[in-house]
Amino acid sequence: MSPVSRPLSPHLQVYRWQISSTLSILHRLTGVGLSLGAVALVGWLLALAAGQAAYAQFSWVFAGLPGQVFLIGWTLCFCYHLCNGLRHLAWDAGYGFDKKAARNSGIVVVAAASLLTAAFWFVALSRVAA
Amino acid sequence: MSLKSPLGRVLGLGSARAGTEHWLGQRLSAVALVPLTLWFALALLALPALDFYAVSAWIAAPLHAVLLVLLVATLVYHSSLGTQVVAEDYIHAPGLRAVVLVLLRLLHIVLGVAGILAVLLVATRAPL
Repeated sequence: MSPVSRPLSPHLQVYRWQISSTLSILHRLTGVGLSLGAVALVGWLLALAAGQAAYAQFSWVFAGLPGQVFLIGWTLCFCYHLCNGLRHLAWDAGYGFDKKAARNSGIVVVAAASLLTAAFWFVALSRVAA
Repeated sequence: MSLKSPLGRVLGLGSARAGTEHWLGQRLSAVALVPLTLWFALALLALPALDFYAVSAWIAAPLHAVLLVLLVATLVYHSSLGTQVVAEDYIHAPGLRAVVLVLLRLLHIVLGVAGILAVLLVATRAPL
């Protein structure tokens, strides 16, 4: 297809900040982040299949501070993408479309994702300490 | 009979007549991933330890191996569809976009095959 030049719509910077558009782009960003997490998950499984030495090396990488930051980041991405994904599925089914409901569900999603991430790491770290 | 003008047809205007399958696949895999990922997260928390022996023994249980294969397959499929849309939306140069789309698809196939094979290898390994 030959390129057709069409006029651009008003550009991003003319819009006021809104929670709905921020959460929408966050859904994509966390999705891309989780795709990288999928690579790490498969790497973990491969290390496990490769044997004890490979698994020890892999575990060592994620035991360090940068590794832990990545793991916590992926947990946050996962909890957000999960909660916001459920919100999207509700929209697909036709629920929660009006402005106020969409805004409120967005706030609920952010709160739920933060709480779930905190709960996961609280349990994980208290099990390590025990 | 088509109501499109010959010029419009040559320029590829109008519906691509595809996309429903992509949209539906994205949603169905999303629904499937809700229980699969939650099971995985809770299972990780419930494992007595995350060392080589504990995780190997956990995957050796047939139910866990089956669920892990399903998780990897669904995750990779969902990721493939999602990253494809992101590339289609934000990469504007047609040549680069085509290259990235092909690479994304190939990488996801490699990821899926490697992940599933790894689970099967661990699951069928002689007890350690």
